[in-house]
Amino acid sequence: MTRVDIASKMFGSIPVLGPIRFEINVGETLALVGPSGIGKSTLLRILAGIDPEFDGSIERPENLAFVFQEPTLLPWRSVIQNILLPHPQLTSQQARDMLTRSGLEGKEDLFPKQLSLGQQRRLSLARAFAQAPELLIMDEPFVSLDRDTADRMLDLTEKLISDHRPATVFVTHDMREADRLADRILRLENTPEGACLA
Amino acid sequence: MHAARLTPFLSLAGLLSLWVVAAILTDDAQILPKPWQLVPLFLQEAGSGELWTHLFATIIRVLWAFALAMTLGTVLGLIMGRSARTNAWLDPWLVVFLNLPALVLIVLCYLWIGLTEAAAITAVTLNKVPNVAVVIREGARALDPDLDAMAQVYKMSWRARLRHVVFPQLAPFIAAAARSGVAVIWKIVLVVEFLGRSSGVGFQIHLYFQLFDVAMVLVYAFSFICVMLLVEWLLLQPFERRARRWRDA
Repeated sequence: MTRVDIASKMFGSIPVLGPIRFEINVGETLALVGPSGIGKSTLLRILAGIDPEFDGSIERPENLAFVFQEPTLLPWRSVIQNILLPHPQLTSQQARDMLTRSGLEGKEDLFPKQLSLGQQRRLSLARAFAQAPELLIMDEPFVSLDRDTADRMLDLTEKLISDHRPATVFVTHDMREADRLADRILRLENTPEGACLA
Repeated sequence: MHAARLTPFLSLAGLLSLWVVAAILTDDAQILPKPWQLVPLFLQEAGSGELWTHLFATIIRVLWAFALAMTLGTVLGLIMGRSARTNAWLDPWLVVFLNLPALVLIVLCYLWIGLTEAAAITAVTLNKVPNVAVVIREGARALDPDLDAMAQVYKMSWRARLRHVVFPQLAPFIAAAARSGVAVIWKIVLVVEFLGRSSGVGFQIHLYFQLFDVAMVLVYAFSFICVMLLVEWLLLQPFERRARRWRDA
C-alpha cells in the first residue's frame, strides 16, 4: 500500500501544494491530471523521495521505479549497462530479456544516442520494470512522441503493468492515455493554499 | 585529413625556422646557439647519464604534485560545486590562493618546512589545487539534476554514482584541468628546483644559468618539453578520446 499525506509544499514563500491525501493499492493504476505548472511533477518527486522538503508523510514500498519526462539515460554507457547499472543484482541475461520484451533486441551494445526518441523511452521503461517494482511512478512518459510511437509505447506500458501489477501513478495531459491505463483519475486544481485534489 | 595531420609538424618546423633565423642574425652561439649545435651536447648529457637522472627527478616531482593537486582539487571542486554553503565558506580561501604568487608559496614552504622534497611537492601542489578546484567546481555545477534524481530513485551506491554518473559528466572538466595542470605544474616544479633542490631539470638550469651556458639550458628545457609532449600524446589525448567516445558514436 502507498499512502500520500501532504500538508503543504512551498517553494520559498510560494505555496505549491496544499493538503493532498490519497492511497494507491497494489496493482492499481492512478492517473494524475491538471493544468501545466500546477505541481504534478513536484507531487511525483515527493512521492518518489527525490524531494524531501515538504510537510507531511509518505508511505511507500522500498522497491520503486521512476520513468522521467525525458528518458534520463546515461548517454556514456551502453543500452544494456543502462539496465544493469541501476540494477546490479540483475544478470546480463535478465537485462537482455527485459530489452527483448521492450522491443530493443539487438540494441544492447549501442549508446542511447544511437536510438530514436521512441526507443530511448522504451529503454527508460525497460529500466523501470527490470526489477519488478512495487511502485511505478511515471511523469508524462509518452510526451513528445508521434501518435504511432506513443500508441506502441502505450501498448508496451499496458502489457508490462498487467504482467507486473505494480501500484502505478502517472502524470498525463492526454485523457485518452488516462482512460486507457488508469483505474482512477485524480485531478489537481489551484487553490490559495496551493494545488489540491479536485 | 592528411593535411590536417601535417599541420602541427609544419607549425613546429616554422618555429624551428624562426629560431634558425634568429640564431644567424645573433651570430653568437653563447647567446643563441643554432638548433643543430645542441645535438652533441644532448648526446653528451644523455651518454653520461646526467640528463636521465635529472629528468627522472623532475618527472617524479611532477607526478606527485600532479596526482595530489588533481585529487585534492577534484574533491574540493566537487564539494564546492555541489554545496552552496561549503562554497560560501571556501570561496574566499580559493580567491586568496588563486591570487597568491607561486613564488611566495614556494618560498614560504621552504622557510616553514625546510629545503626538503616534501616542501617542494607541497609548494607545487598548493599552487595548482585552486586552479583545479575552480574548473571542477564549474563542472559540478553543470551536473544534470535529472541524472542525480535517477541515481537516487534507483538507489545506486555512491561508488556507482561517482563512476557512472558524476565522473563521465566531469570528464571534459577533468581533462581540461589535467592538461593545464601538467603544463603549469612542470613549470612550477622547475622554479622549485631552481630555488631549493639539488637535482632535477630546474637545478641543472640554475647551474648552467650561473655558468651563462645558454646551450645547456636549452638542452635541459627541450628534453623536458619532449617528455611533456609524450605525456600529452600518449596519456592525455587518449584519455580525452576515450572519455568522449560516446559523443562520437
